[in-house]
Amino acid sequence: MLELLAGMFSYPFLTRAMCVGVLVALCAALLGVSLVLKRYSMIGDGLSHVGFGALSIAMALGLAPLAVSVPVVVIAAFFLLRISENSQIKGDAAIALIASSALAIGVIVTSFTSGMNADVYGYMFGSILAMSEEDVVFSVALSVVVLCLFVLCYNKMFAVTFDEAFAQATGVHTKFYNMLLALLTALTIVIGMRIMGAMLISSLIIFPALTAMRVCKSFRGVMITAAAVSVACFFVGMAASFLFSLPAGASVVVVNLVVFLLFALAGFLKGRAAFG
Amino acid sequence: MALISCKNLWMAYENQVVVEDVSFEIQKGDYVCIVGENGSGKSTLLKGLLGLKTPKSGEITYGEGLKQDMIGYLPQQTVVQKDFPASVWEVVLSGCLNRRGWKPFYTAAERKIAQKNIEKLSIGNILKKSYRELSGGQQQRVLLARALCATEKLLLLDEPVTGLDPLATAELYGMIKQLNREGVTIVMVSHDLNCALHNADKILHMDTQVRFFGPAAEYEKSPLCRRFLGGDFHA
Repeated sequence: MLELLAGMFSYPFLTRAMCVGVLVALCAALLGVSLVLKRYSMIGDGLSHVGFGALSIAMALGLAPLAVSVPVVVIAAFFLLRISENSQIKGDAAIALIASSALAIGVIVTSFTSGMNADVYGYMFGSILAMSEEDVVFSVALSVVVLCLFVLCYNKMFAVTFDEAFAQATGVHTKFYNMLLALLTALTIVIGMRIMGAMLISSLIIFPALTAMRVCKSFRGVMITAAAVSVACFFVGMAASFLFSLPAGASVVVVNLVVFLLFALAGFLKGRAAFG
Repeated sequence: MALISCKNLWMAYENQVVVEDVSFEIQKGDYVCIVGENGSGKSTLLKGLLGLKTPKSGEITYGEGLKQDMIGYLPQQTVVQKDFPASVWEVVLSGCLNRRGWKPFYTAAERKIAQKNIEKLSIGNILKKSYRELSGGQQQRVLLARALCATEKLLLLDEPVTGLDPLATAELYGMIKQLNREGVTIVMVSHDLNCALHNADKILHMDTQVRFFGPAAEYEKSPLCRRFLGGDFHA
């Protein structure tokens, strides 16, 4: 075990990916609980596709990837939130529309410049080689901001997630907190996308929340379990990817899937025991 | 001075007027039932009182030191809540949020308020349970406790007995009546006219405009009430 860890951390690029990845996994899990409960899971998925489009354009123009994708995805987040607040069914379709359009534009832009190559593959399915030194500093700083804001707003987030009408009636600025949620989600997705890939990053948001909800009864319990599950799954996924030379992002998702199934089984057995 | 007074209130969605020139006053200690058919503007009026929807014109004023965010609200249940993982304690405590302002965490005093309301509605035995495991009646009790954390003066209830079985309905009405006796002003939107007549002191009959506002006993004798009750009286 120790050998494995020593082996992993002897590669600087892997150490960087682990640092950022663990923080992203933590942020994604915490935000994911609210997103899933508010039926906003699709926003996460839509944003990652928009992020892919932004990244491709940034690369084609030779700009810094994070500097371009952060503002684009943040704007997209507000836009998607608007859409889903106005009407739920139409919003669903509109998000799918925007997501696939952004993806298509991204693919076309890349095909103009470099053609479909390893870079594009990296955007779509993640690459642990993607993080430069500056990226790491920027990503860590952003993750810490996301975490701090989340902790400070935890009680309000709960109220807004559980019952928006009541929260608003008792003077909580629900619009502000919805926007904050969208903003933090956008930042988390942009940071995480490099490692996990545009196609796979939304699983980091959705899986831990759903996994924790199988067994936990309280909101706080769900939050803590989701955070722990997410970080553990990320770690195990990366280790598996290192040991068996598997793609990193995909390994993390598969580990998440396995843990979800285990928790679902545990929840099922617990439910049976309660009735039996 | 009245606790709430509405003067020439107009409310609309897009261009469809749903509340037209409504004026009334609610006094401290009143138990008012707002009745009317579907689409008569009852729920919209309630949203206006809560500040969830801005009126087109007219004004709503609060007296007796009541502030708009000091109203206890019992909303209709949403889909989101049906499978929501939250403990009863977390839900009740979230009623104290309006005392918080921008401060992030709850204080001991607020926990005490939550505790007091939990005892009042005797839900102490289900405190650790998850909201989604509770029966409909228990869920309404929890939401009532949360509403009481937000206020000591005024409760607004939006069709609180929807989906409850008769026993739970009777229990909830009993509890609301008890709170009213203890001095909490009650404003309730209801479909259940018989229960409204039985429990409330005052009836506000809405049909976009105010059709009737006055004592329940007087309303019962009015032709309006007989028409609204329909079949019950001819049977």
